[in-house]
Amino acid sequence: MSAERTPPAGDPPAESGRTPLDRPAYGFPRRWWTFLAEHPPPGAATVNRRWRSPLRGPWLTSVYGLVLLVGLPLVFLTGLLDYLAYGPQFGQAFPRDVGWLRLPPFDWPTRPSWLFRLTQGLHVGLGITLVPIVLAKLWSVLPKLFDWPPARSVAQVLERLSLLLLVGGILFEIVTGLLDIQYAYLFGFDFYTAHYFGAWVFVAALVVHVSLRLGRMRTALRARSLARELATPRADTRPEPPDPDKLVAARPGPATMSRRGALALVGGLSLLLAALTVGQHFDGPWRRTALLLPRGRQPGTGPTGFPINRTAAAAGVSAADTGPGWRLTLRSGGRTVTVDRPGLLAMAQHTVTLPIACVEGWSTVQTWTGVRLRDLAARAGADGITAAHVRSLEKAGLFRQATLQANQVLDADSLLALRVNGIDLTLDHGFPARVIVPALPGVHCTKWVTEIEFRGRAGG
Amino acid sequence: MGELAARFRSAYGASAGHLLLLTGSFALVGWVVLRLAGEPSAGRMLLWFVGAAIAHDFVLFPVYGLADRVLRDAPGARATPPSGPTPLNHLRAPALASGLLFLVYLPGILQLGRPTYLAASGQDQRPFLGRWLLATAALFVASGVGYAVRWWWARRR
Repeated sequence: MSAERTPPAGDPPAESGRTPLDRPAYGFPRRWWTFLAEHPPPGAATVNRRWRSPLRGPWLTSVYGLVLLVGLPLVFLTGLLDYLAYGPQFGQAFPRDVGWLRLPPFDWPTRPSWLFRLTQGLHVGLGITLVPIVLAKLWSVLPKLFDWPPARSVAQVLERLSLLLLVGGILFEIVTGLLDIQYAYLFGFDFYTAHYFGAWVFVAALVVHVSLRLGRMRTALRARSLARELATPRADTRPEPPDPDKLVAARPGPATMSRRGALALVGGLSLLLAALTVGQHFDGPWRRTALLLPRGRQPGTGPTGFPINRTAAAAGVSAADTGPGWRLTLRSGGRTVTVDRPGLLAMAQHTVTLPIACVEGWSTVQTWTGVRLRDLAARAGADGITAAHVRSLEKAGLFRQATLQANQVLDADSLLALRVNGIDLTLDHGFPARVIVPALPGVHCTKWVTEIEFRGRAGG
Repeated sequence: MGELAARFRSAYGASAGHLLLLTGSFALVGWVVLRLAGEPSAGRMLLWFVGAAIAHDFVLFPVYGLADRVLRDAPGARATPPSGPTPLNHLRAPALASGLLFLVYLPGILQLGRPTYLAASGQDQRPFLGRWLLATAALFVASGVGYAVRWWWARRR
C-alpha cells in the first residue's frame, strides 16, 4: 500500500482555485452583521480549529441525508396511517382534535389482515433503525452550530430557527417514541398529543430544510463516486475539498477511519437495532431476539403464553366479574338481548388465524375461535349496521371501550373470541370474551367484553 | 422588477421564495403552538423539545467526543498502522454499539416506568440490565475476533 504518500497535512488546504464564493453575503443592516462577525466570543476561533475529523464534509452529510430523506417520510406517513387506524371519526384516535393536520379520512380496511401490523411495525421498527443515521447526520453537521457569526442576515436567522425546530423535532420524536414503547412516561405530558404534533413541527421544518438543501445534496453526491469511496481504505482517505457551508474541517487531522468505515459503522449500528427490534413480530423462539424490548419475552408457555398489553389486574377485572354470572349484553335500537357464555358457545363457532398488533410496534399471530360479530348483530336483530360500540368490564382506562366501523363488524373473520389456540381464553387474554378484528389496532380488540351496541342507519 | 428582487435579496439575505417558505413553515408551527398552548403540560412539552436538542448538542455529543478522544490517546489504541485494521476502530465500534443500545433501551435497562410496564405486560424489567451487559460483552468479543481475523489476513498477504 502507498504508505509513503505525502501525509494529509494538518494545515488548511491550499486556497488554490475557487474559494467558496457562494457564502451568503451580509444582509441589512450590514453594519450590525459585520459587527457581530468581527466580535466573536472568546474561544470561538479555538472551537473551530478543534474540529479535526477529515471525514466531515458535504458528501458524507449528503449520504446520511439521503437515507433520512427516504426513511423519515415513511415513518411519518405510517404514523399518520396508524392515527387513521384508530378511527378518528369516532373520536377514539388521540389527540382528538387535530384540525387539518391529518390524512384525508377513510374507513380503515380489514384487508389485508396484517395491514396494521405492517404500518405500525414499520413506524416503530424503521423509527428505531434510523436513530443511528440521525445521530451520524447530526455529528456530521455539528460544527455548524458553533460557526461564527451565527448569522449574516435575517434570512439566516430564520433558517437557524427552523433548524432548531428540525433538530429539536426529530430528537423529541425519537425520545418520546422510545419512552412510549418501553412504558416509561417520564415526561409527564400526554404522549399522543406530543408525539403527533411534534411530528408536524418536525415535518414543517423538514420541508424547509429539504427545499433549501436538496440542490446542495445532489451536487455533493455527484461530486464523489460511492463506488470509489467504498474502495478507498483508511490510508488513502483524504478530506473533501473546502465547501461553502464549511462542513469540511479547517485543519483536518489524519483519518483514523475511512469513509466506507464510517458508513459501515453507522449502517451496522442501524442493522443491529433493526435485528434487536424485528423479533417483536415473531412467535416462538425467535421472539427472544428482541433482546432488550418488552415484547421480546414470552410471558408464559403453552397455547396462551403470548404477550398482552394490559393485565386483568391492571384493568381491575377479577375472576368474580367473569364467573358464571357474566352476561354479554347485545343492544340494537330499543332491543336488548343477553347471552351467557354457554349460550355463545352454542352459537356457530368460527376459527381464524389473525395477527394482533399493538401500537408499541409488536405483534403476534394466534388462532382464535368464537362467534362472528355479524352473527351477534343478527341475534340482536340489528340491520343496516353503521357501527358497533364495544364495552369492557374494565372500569377505567382509555381503551375500555371501542367503536368498530361497519366493515369491521361485518367481516367474516371478525369475532367475539371465546377461545384461543384450542383452549379457553385466560383472564389476561380477555376471558370470558374478547373482540378480534383483522387489521384493527390491538387496543381496540377489546378484552373482557360485557356489552356490544350495534348502531344502524335507521336508528337500529 | 429584477432590481427590486435584487434589493430584497441583498437586504433580507435570500430570495423572496425563501421567506415565503419559512413563513409557511412557521405558520404551521404557530398553529400547533396555539393548539397546544391550552394544554396544562405545554410548558413541559416545550422543555422536552428544546431540552432534547440541548441535551444532544451540549451533553451527548461532548460526552462521546471526549470518550473517543480518551480512546484515541489510550496507549494500546494509539498505534495506527499505515494500512489494515486498527485496534482503535475495533474498540470504537463495540463501544459505540453498546452506548447506543444503552440509550435506545435505557428505560428497560434502568427499570424506569416499572408500574406502567407491569400493568401492560405483567412482567418486570429485571432481565434487561444483564442482557445489555451480555450484549456489550458479545459485541466486544465479536469485534476482537474480527480484529484478529483481519490482522491475520493482512499479515498473510
